[in-house]
Amino acid sequence: MADVTSFPAPGPIGQAEFEANRRALERDRRAETRMRINLTLPALLVVFVLMVCPILWLLSLSVVGGDGGLSLENYALFFSEQVYVEMFLKTFMIAFVVTIICVLLGYPVAYLLAILPPSWSGVLMLAVLVPFWTSGLVRTFSWLIILQRNGIVNKSLVWLGVIDKPIPLVHNMTGTVIGMVHIMVPFLILPLYASMKAIDGNLMRAGANLGSSPTHAFFRIFLPLSMPGLVAGMIMVFVMCLGFYITPAILGGGKIKMIAQRIEESISLYPTWGPAAALAVLLLLMTAVCLFISLKLVRWLAAGR
Amino acid sequence: MTERKTSALPVQVQMLSKHFGNVRAVEDVSFDIRPGELLTLLGPSGSGKTTLLMMIAGFSRPTRGSIRIADQEIVHLPPHKRNIGMVFQNYALFPHMTVGENVAYPLRLRKFARSEIEDRTRKALDMVQLGGYGARRINELSGGQRQRIALARAIVFEPRILLMDEPLSALDKHLRETMQIEIRQLHDRLGMTTISVTHDQREALTMSDRIAVFSNGRLAQIGTPTELYEKPESRFIAEFIGESTFLPLRHTPEGAAYGEQVIHLADDVKQAAGETLLMLRPERLRLVPADGATGAGGDTNVFAGQVNTVVFQGESLLFEVMLDGGHKVSVRMANRSENLRQLPQAGDRVALKLERADARVVRAEG
Repeated sequence: MADVTSFPAPGPIGQAEFEANRRALERDRRAETRMRINLTLPALLVVFVLMVCPILWLLSLSVVGGDGGLSLENYALFFSEQVYVEMFLKTFMIAFVVTIICVLLGYPVAYLLAILPPSWSGVLMLAVLVPFWTSGLVRTFSWLIILQRNGIVNKSLVWLGVIDKPIPLVHNMTGTVIGMVHIMVPFLILPLYASMKAIDGNLMRAGANLGSSPTHAFFRIFLPLSMPGLVAGMIMVFVMCLGFYITPAILGGGKIKMIAQRIEESISLYPTWGPAAALAVLLLLMTAVCLFISLKLVRWLAAGR
Repeated sequence: MTERKTSALPVQVQMLSKHFGNVRAVEDVSFDIRPGELLTLLGPSGSGKTTLLMMIAGFSRPTRGSIRIADQEIVHLPPHKRNIGMVFQNYALFPHMTVGENVAYPLRLRKFARSEIEDRTRKALDMVQLGGYGARRINELSGGQRQRIALARAIVFEPRILLMDEPLSALDKHLRETMQIEIRQLHDRLGMTTISVTHDQREALTMSDRIAVFSNGRLAQIGTPTELYEKPESRFIAEFIGESTFLPLRHTPEGAAYGEQVIHLADDVKQAAGETLLMLRPERLRLVPADGATGAGGDTNVFAGQVNTVVFQGESLLFEVMLDGGHKVSVRMANRSENLRQLPQAGDRVALKLERADARVVRAEG
């Protein structure tokens, strides 16, 4: 037998002791709530100073007129000139086209990533991530070299006899879109890949078992289930395109003007920050509206119908 | 509810093998399934039972062999052309469709008329006792309900045969037992040839007409639940189905013997059988006080020993007895008042009685 010392069992709890316990537990609960607030406060402060304050400042700048007084003249400037409206439309159009091309290119890549065995998908994932980690400026200038008049693309096409003389591929819409797609496509692939990975492989098997051909099962089962990830990726790409500056500025060669470039021009053109700030606020508002609509769309899709 | 007549087709698996590189997941398996039979493929994980089911469903391509339904060879058919119903392990219900759309899916594919689709879907839901659940979303269902919907979807299009891959493994114990009975009753009503896979021997015993036990990619034994329990051929089967302890047997001129004690066996033992063991089912041994060890003779074997431990397990008591020959044996005694009156305690000398009819010999290997 082991050497065990037995202690007497504790007696029944008294009323006073019970009451003291209750008060102590209540005290602990309050202390925990205080502690939670104290721990969250620094993070909230950082968010407020770095995110909320600048936006409020931007808002306030946009309603300061040329004379230093409070006015809406910066916004009136926008609505008075047709060129601004056209530029906004063009920005949204480019963002839309880039998003669609990203979907067409990115969906098959994400699908491959999701279904290939891990060793192969690892290599393919690197092919997606390495450009993603490379500076956007470097990649934009690379496209400038590749697409220029005597670049490798034009030379190859001439050599192959597809075209007689070099065609303009940069300093226009084509170059802008190519460059933007290249920068943006990982932002579509990554969330899409994550949502495809989460699709249970047995669902496609169940589809086949019930009589679906592989193509039919893809359109009835896989595609709808990957939709939330696809929409998330599209929102990401679209919103980032709206405020894109570097790539359109370089590859557009000044001929393609998007909002971000116009904002930059306003800063150097006008003596005050007002007009630029107003443009920025309008862009922010329109982006917010787009996000709102998209999120509604995602909910609607996630609900299944 | 009107009963629809479903087909009862024989299935024949012949010399079926599946190799993954050097791994022989399934090796030369042959068996016949009778029309309307519920056959369970039973085995530990890695025994090849799931691979076999996947080959029948068409999701895994055999290395060689033949699978026939009635007289049609299906080994070359892609899964969507096999017309086989299947209940998946995690049910694989389409989360973006309602219950009704899930069940109607195979019917829509087969271009049934709208009224026929509605009619059949409703009947299938009624059959699994989920009538009126058609508009529910999959994520609103409990595990047991999902299981039933998966079953309804698998039978609604009247497939030639039905496959079930660990159909109850995701359910809790109580629900599992209820569903075992329910699936069995549903099978009896439909009469559809069914192949189920499980690693749960209790589930296999409860549901099956016959059980095929697999070990290391090979078919170890096939038979009715009673056959497998009462007459296992090998130690593996005896251990996998039910509980069992074993005593080594020697071949002597007087017959098989444990030590010097000649054992009266239920069947004659074939001499060429290699190393053999005496199988002792815990509930077939009778525990009596050492001095009451009379009655040894042509129909009863008696072993002397000492009680090591007594474990109370609710409906029964489990004794571990160390025989004088040096082997540990488990004995189960029903928790009944007449048994409890003179309950042996740890350390008591006891005798174990084994009727001749219960003295079964099994192969030590395979």
